[in-house]
Amino acid sequence: MHQLLEQVVFPILGGPPLADRHDGAPVASDVPGSLVLTTDSFVVRPLFFPGGDIGTLSVCGTINDLAMCGASAEALTLSMILGEGLEIAVLERVLHGVRSAADRAGVSIVTGDTKVVDGGASGDLFLNTAGLGRRVAPRAIRPGNIRPGDVVLVSGDLGRHGIAVLSARESLGLEGELDSDVANLWPQVAALLDAGVDVHCLRDLTRGGLAAAVTELAEARGLEFELLEERVPVNDVVRGVCELLGFDPLNIACEGRFLLVTTAEDAERAIAALEASGGAPALVGRVRDSGPGRVRLVTGIGTTRLLDLPAGDPLPRIC
Amino acid sequence: MKYLDEYRAGDRIRRVAREIEALVTRPWTLMEVCGGQTQSIVRYGIDLLLPECVTLIHGPGCPVCVTPAEDIDAALALARRPSVILCSFGDMLRVPGSETDLLSVKAEGGDVRVVYSPLDAVVIAEQNPDRDVVFFAVGFETTAPASAAAIERAERLGLERFSALVSHVRVPPALTSILEAPDNRVQGILAAGHVCTIMGTEEYERLVERHRVPIVVTGFEPLDLMWGIRSCLSQLEVGRAEVENRYARTVRSSGNPAARACMERVFEIVAWPWRGLGRMPAGGLALRPAYHRFDARRRFEWVTPRPRPATECRSGEVLRGVLKPPDCPAFGEACTPDHPLGAPMVSSEGACAAYFRYRGAELGDVHE
Repeated sequence: MHQLLEQVVFPILGGPPLADRHDGAPVASDVPGSLVLTTDSFVVRPLFFPGGDIGTLSVCGTINDLAMCGASAEALTLSMILGEGLEIAVLERVLHGVRSAADRAGVSIVTGDTKVVDGGASGDLFLNTAGLGRRVAPRAIRPGNIRPGDVVLVSGDLGRHGIAVLSARESLGLEGELDSDVANLWPQVAALLDAGVDVHCLRDLTRGGLAAAVTELAEARGLEFELLEERVPVNDVVRGVCELLGFDPLNIACEGRFLLVTTAEDAERAIAALEASGGAPALVGRVRDSGPGRVRLVTGIGTTRLLDLPAGDPLPRIC
Repeated sequence: MKYLDEYRAGDRIRRVAREIEALVTRPWTLMEVCGGQTQSIVRYGIDLLLPECVTLIHGPGCPVCVTPAEDIDAALALARRPSVILCSFGDMLRVPGSETDLLSVKAEGGDVRVVYSPLDAVVIAEQNPDRDVVFFAVGFETTAPASAAAIERAERLGLERFSALVSHVRVPPALTSILEAPDNRVQGILAAGHVCTIMGTEEYERLVERHRVPIVVTGFEPLDLMWGIRSCLSQLEVGRAEVENRYARTVRSSGNPAARACMERVFEIVAWPWRGLGRMPAGGLALRPAYHRFDARRRFEWVTPRPRPATECRSGEVLRGVLKPPDCPAFGEACTPDHPLGAPMVSSEGACAAYFRYRGAELGDVHE
């Protein structure tokens, strides 16, 4: 995906806002109170998984992209592409997911579009949401703000969404309970801003997980990041599945976790704000004073290795 | 997490590193057999904790890497047939055959499914009685018993359209071939713990006797590896050569008799062409005559492409432990995990992929 964007999409479409490689972009002006726009498409299989469904995901995902720009969602659009033969009961269940997530977040779906396609897409369902938000953050939140000496925090444990969906799709029959982490992240971001934390950058940990997010920031900013593997919080069920299938929890997607880059002085305040708003944050790394745009990982046994972007979706290994 | 954290404890690992430091008086070259061990060594930087005079070379034990290109071509040809559902372990999907890989055939519309166990392929066959379900049976003695169990189960269920494309390989002949090679540098072997869990350690007694090299059954966690290395070096330093089990929490000397029996009922030992290493006497497994009706090679005919002309890929030497991945001219330039030329760049257990992912040129320091 990363390669597709860099080699095909950006060379043709890239302009100033896209060049920021951020989750959303300011519209017209970029001052507090100005509008921020984002869009996201949802193709998850199965449509319903422990802890959520594609409808909930489509609302939270777009609200979260706005939150990563320090913006509070004001309105959402919803586009649906439905495969001929989709059961109405399934569509209704998905729409209830959309509705309840939007209601909980206090955001309205203000417009939308529906297309039905035939052929190979029988019974399929894809969603796209766009979100318009208003920037609450006093200064723009973007990778360009990241400075040497900054610290890196995650808002909670990693990989629940990816493993919950994988387990539902592949019928892994997990004995431990594991729900997706899908959630609206705005309350936690708002808590950081309310507490006056100097938020340099935010990134939700979706496709490619923490490894992809940190690597992209390191490359975009041309600075070397250091992550401490031991400090990265991972739930035991997630860890167990990863060990069995040969996955790295750092590469597994979340839908309710984000990464925060802030100053070392503000770290404690950020942790307190996140804890008070339902997060379980951990300080997992820092931005080094010098070095190329890459991520070094300090392992639990004290050695160092390079963190690389995963190539494609993780494939389970043989033995 | 139990059985993991205690084997990744930095202080215990560094203590063994100090013991190794104190023990070693001259240069030694060890080979870890299994790709899972290679991955762990490079991922955790185990080799960086060892004295400079101890060299680890990476053995051929990555099932993805040694599966012959002709077999991958066969799987590709089968996956292209509309009647076929091809079931495979996940990491076979990116391995290049002569022209393409299974992931690309899947993208073109081939019905390729990732299974986590061979028995999943039998379930798919039960659910699709009007399709030909072919399981791509690859791997060492670790996966062969499960393949055998799947074939026995398909027989009991009377699944007429289930078959297996068998490409199972055996570890001991590969070790013999490495130890007998004129350019062999290996002085001690860390045997693959998971293979020994099934096969036990008896086969290694003969190897030790014949070649006078210590063979230490070793696990996969950092501490397991350090224990295996320490035992191997202790033997070498005093001139001993014995089979030693440092993975006793799962390995018994007789292995797993039920799994071995199942494997022996279904498979017989045959000569086999290993990718990168060439034809090896007794190097592989094939279905016994009683199970020939489950043999995809006998059930289907296909035309495979001519072998691709040689590239600058030198994975054969990497698999024999003669060449370190970064010393290959294609490494990191023409050959990357996104565009692998050779199989060791594909699997996370392949030596080339492990080096590419985890090693930066100057990332050698150890944090205390």
